[in-house]
Amino acid sequence: MSAPTAPAPADERLRPQPLWRKALVRPSVGAAIAALVVFTFFAAVDDSGTFTSPNGIASWLAVSASYGIMACAVSLLMISGEVDLSSGVMTGSTGLLLGMMVTEVGLNFWLALPVVVLFAVLIGFTNGMLVTWTRLPSFIVTLASMFVLMGLNSGVTQLVTGQVRVGGIDQASGYGLAQWVFGSRLDSEWALTVAVGWWVLVIVAGTWVLQRTRQGNWIYAVGGEKNAARNSGVPVRRTKVSMFIVVSLAAALVGTINAVELTSVSAGQGTGYEFYYIIAAVVGGTLMTGGAGSVIGASLGALILGMTTLGIQYAGWDSTWRFTFFGLILFWAVMLNIWVRDRAERGRR
Amino acid sequence: MSDQGPAQPAGEPLRGSAPRSAGPAPAKDMYLRLEDVGKTFGSVVALDGVSMDVNHGRVTCVLGDNGAGKSTLIKILSGVHQNDSGTMYVAGRPTVFGSPKDARDHGIATVFQDLATIPLMSVWRNFVLGREPVKGWGPFRRLDLRAGQAIAKRELMMFGIDLRDPDQPIGTLSGGERQAVAIARAVYFGAEVVILDEPTSALGVKQSGKVLKFVRDARDRGIGVVLITHNPHHAYMVGDEFVLLKRGKMTNRWLKEEVALDELVAAMAGGAELADLAHELGG
Repeated sequence: MSAPTAPAPADERLRPQPLWRKALVRPSVGAAIAALVVFTFFAAVDDSGTFTSPNGIASWLAVSASYGIMACAVSLLMISGEVDLSSGVMTGSTGLLLGMMVTEVGLNFWLALPVVVLFAVLIGFTNGMLVTWTRLPSFIVTLASMFVLMGLNSGVTQLVTGQVRVGGIDQASGYGLAQWVFGSRLDSEWALTVAVGWWVLVIVAGTWVLQRTRQGNWIYAVGGEKNAARNSGVPVRRTKVSMFIVVSLAAALVGTINAVELTSVSAGQGTGYEFYYIIAAVVGGTLMTGGAGSVIGASLGALILGMTTLGIQYAGWDSTWRFTFFGLILFWAVMLNIWVRDRAERGRR
Repeated sequence: MSDQGPAQPAGEPLRGSAPRSAGPAPAKDMYLRLEDVGKTFGSVVALDGVSMDVNHGRVTCVLGDNGAGKSTLIKILSGVHQNDSGTMYVAGRPTVFGSPKDARDHGIATVFQDLATIPLMSVWRNFVLGREPVKGWGPFRRLDLRAGQAIAKRELMMFGIDLRDPDQPIGTLSGGERQAVAIARAVYFGAEVVILDEPTSALGVKQSGKVLKFVRDARDRGIGVVLITHNPHHAYMVGDEFVLLKRGKMTNRWLKEEVALDELVAAMAGGAELADLAHELGG
């Protein structure tokens, strides 16, 4: 029992909480500590100093941004109690669609973009409706849509282009402006990509929605206790379907950024990344079962994964070691989160 | 303000202190009346010949053991099922609730024992869930945090719960207090009748006492309460009317002045269980 600073009312079990304890209950604080540890580790093992150089920082921020935009959306979906395994492949599908529209069809970039957005809404809506109608676990439904999309990505790309990639996106009309909006870099020594700006935008928007809107309240509610939410008049299906659409839209954004930055998209783009997003969200304190989590936390998780991905390269190790790191980080970050939360909550009893 | 519509429109700024002032029950008609209501599922008669009255400022207790038909009755009252015999009157008019929302729109709120609140969410967010106060317009329409917290604090205070921090997770409240939050929010959002599904069954003696006090508070504020329970002692402490169900049939119906506690207990339970119940009564 913590020492209350003011006498508690006799018939109440409410006690004032010290500020540090309130902060520690928030899992994103655990993720921030973990991010600091990861940063220190890779700064220490990198003899060349690239990791902490402005260019190095910009590089791992760029990688973190592409994970982070998705992790924010995925954490929203997970808070509402569902998962989307097709989210990684969707970054490929949207990029490929965009690429084919501007190269094979010859559409202006800014005409192709609405089509891609519409496609993303459609896929998200389908995922969400299938989950809420069939009442199958979203794991199953989106596993199915992931495989369907994975096949389509490869099959359609080969049918249309005769190759396993769509290239020459920079030849499209309207690419100049697109490059500025989705693929530019700061010209200074800090070659920050505009993707980082998009990421910040997504964090702000996501946090606003979660903390300051009714929709946000509903997202927590349907993930926390679906029946109680329904009894309270929360539109459960609409809330969940919306979150599937949000994930698909985020995938469209990342797919577009990748397509514009790299000017080509491979048919296998994004495959397997859905797990990075889930790892980032969970490391950031998002509950697998729904009802808890934050966009900030998920972004810190993405930052950890981004720093690890490039930190390993800068340290001169083989890049596939990142998988081992991701696994270890996932496990220990979750353990840390639980430990921190338990310690903080002990004061309540 | 008791003539106000049952559900405050979503998003409308919350005005006034409480949507209802305590007052004597209208003498004329019952707000909710069941006459010979029954329900069958295929060849199974789940409920048969149930009649009861519920009115503002009155507590109607539905007593019965497991399988007596209590949950079927709740589901009819809350719009999950529709009765297929007998008639339900709401404000004097024959009514069938098409959906849970329909029931809520008629001012009937149901508080399910375990499904009333969302444990990880804060008290105030639970309180205003589904009818959150908002301010601003367009994309800047946002939760009115201060209003929401103030509402939760003030309304719970009326039920004698002094909430220090409306931002604390509702899971940190005791079971009885969580029931109070669910009751208080139903009352605040304009329910005419609150149906409480076994509110004391998972609680200890002290917590049960608290909940019974909340029931009385709600009654005193002019709410009609339907208390579903299998505990005749709890029922007798707060009830004005008692309806006893056995195997889907209504076996007894008493007003408070027509029945003694012993009689109620005896009707409810066999002799062997009486000793246990007497013991509980002593506690």
